[in-house]
Amino acid sequence: MTDKLLDVRDLAVSFRTDRGWIPAVDSVNFTLGEGDALGIVGESGSGKSVTALSLLRLHAERNTRIEGQVLWRGRDVLKLSRGQLQQLRGSEIAMVFQDPIHTLNPVLNIADQIGESLRIHQGMTGAAARRRAIELLDTVRIPDAARRVNDYPHQLSGGQRQRVMIAIAIACQPKLLIADEPTTALDVTVQAQIMELLRQLRADLGMSVILISHDLGLVSEFADRVMVMYAGQPIEMAPVDALFDLPLHPYSDGLISAIPDLDSDLDRLPTIAGSIPEPTRRPAGCRFAPRCPHQKADCRNTVLPMLEAGGGRAVRCTLHVTDKRAVA
Amino acid sequence: MIKLILTRLAQAVPVMLIVAILTFVLMKLLPGDPAVLLAGEGADLDKVDALRRELGLDRPLLIQLGSWLADLARFDLGRSLFLNQPVAEAIVERLPVTLSLAMVAFVMTIPIGIIMGMVAAYWRDSWVDTAVMSLALVGVSVPNFWLAILAIILFSVTLGWLPSAGYVPIDEGLWLWLRSLIMPAAVLALFQIGYLARMTRSEMLEVMDQDYVRTARAKGVSELRTVAKHAFRNALVSVLTVSGYIFSLLVGGSVVIEQIFALPGIGRLLVQAIMARDIPVVQGTMLFLGFMFVAINVLVDIFYTVVDPRVRYD
Repeated sequence: MTDKLLDVRDLAVSFRTDRGWIPAVDSVNFTLGEGDALGIVGESGSGKSVTALSLLRLHAERNTRIEGQVLWRGRDVLKLSRGQLQQLRGSEIAMVFQDPIHTLNPVLNIADQIGESLRIHQGMTGAAARRRAIELLDTVRIPDAARRVNDYPHQLSGGQRQRVMIAIAIACQPKLLIADEPTTALDVTVQAQIMELLRQLRADLGMSVILISHDLGLVSEFADRVMVMYAGQPIEMAPVDALFDLPLHPYSDGLISAIPDLDSDLDRLPTIAGSIPEPTRRPAGCRFAPRCPHQKADCRNTVLPMLEAGGGRAVRCTLHVTDKRAVA
Repeated sequence: MIKLILTRLAQAVPVMLIVAILTFVLMKLLPGDPAVLLAGEGADLDKVDALRRELGLDRPLLIQLGSWLADLARFDLGRSLFLNQPVAEAIVERLPVTLSLAMVAFVMTIPIGIIMGMVAAYWRDSWVDTAVMSLALVGVSVPNFWLAILAIILFSVTLGWLPSAGYVPIDEGLWLWLRSLIMPAAVLALFQIGYLARMTRSEMLEVMDQDYVRTARAKGVSELRTVAKHAFRNALVSVLTVSGYIFSLLVGGSVVIEQIFALPGIGRLLVQAIMARDIPVVQGTMLFLGFMFVAINVLVDIFYTVVDPRVRYD
């Protein structure tokens, strides 16, 4: 498995609350090769961000339990010491978060915030890190970089802040960029610019990218493969085109139908009836069963693994799969 | 910046006026006549009346207030009734003692309080947190006069390490000066340390949940740097506010401690003046303390601009 950059096996995350441990995410399995772009899609509460943050163990340690394996080039991230983890973060795997209003430190200037990872991971001195920070601002197309580098986050617009976040993330030329809802808090026009920037950077730097979004349309334009999550589990994994041609899971089908189509003239957009169950009230069998239009008698109490569906696809549903073989 | 200082000082004028009037009214409400006290026990009524006229205490209250305010406008705080010196001189004479005490206590409070708060916040809900916060709770709960007496018994009477009372000016030797202040300052600081530690902890807890702290971790920044730089720099604004408040309290609030350790400072002056109904001294001292509060707040406002780039006054 050395050609795999990232190999996530049976990842499960639970959080401690006043009412005990609550499972947020389970049964997450996926791999990522060099240069791959994987999209993780799901609605709020599906566990996509929880999954993303677990890859770098960014949850608060004292009330989070992460099980399974996150193999980064063969080494289990979940077993790394704190020092090894800090070496990995920001240098080999970098992250861009949603809501750039809050993800940049308001009291530190841009030069410091970009330069910090260069000083940590590449041993650069202050002056060299600063010069490189200006170059990086140029790369993410912030005009007048030499001057803006002295600015503080509140002096930048939302789009510019996200560009700065991206500059921070790519500073050490990571092999993997995890972008967690990178455009959710931004205007639609700015959103398109940021996605274009990410696409270009991915090509220029040869990074692998994991893009997390609730927006299936956005993901489909960016990723090669998509993992759809529902109620804390992946429920379908497929190449983007195949997923759009024929979604195998009724939930994916519902998501795709809910994307507005400019050519058709509808008064109301189709929706999926019901809402995502809370982590403590997840059905025992198929978690989508209560909302599923194709529900069968045994759906509610049969726990399904991801089933092999051919063509590099897998699905947690028997509707379109006749040969019921679990994915190895 | 200069504009800020000037406007703030101008805003202080009405505040000071209110302090002046309140002090005046409170002194008039107190039972006891300075003329009687000044004349001495068993003095005859004519002598008391003469004194009262001499001091202007027989005039209507509004006239008394008016003439005092008029003097104030000329920066004249008047003369003490008992000390045989101008009020301003009496304050300036005692100021170094109070300021020394406040400074030493402040220097003890700030690092210890902040570090305790940060340690408790970082290990929140663990035994470390519980231990540190229990200590802070002891600090804010123990009455300082009681602690002062215990400290004197231990360090002065039993061990003989530190003097039990009195103040040594700094020009007689730094060590002697410090020795005379360590115990009162430590007793004074204990409450403030507890208070600051609790404030710092709650502020740090809030800041450490912020997204930019997660960003720092995602960059590979070490835990120590994440807490000390990324989180603490953001908590600093609130810590600064509290620190300014603490310094104000230390400057004005050493009355009990100055009394116990026989330190001739402002607090002691104020208590003695109240006891003696030395109205000009009480009024002058109260005004001076009010002015110190305002001045410290202006200083804190200036520090805000240094600590938080979002704060600008122009």
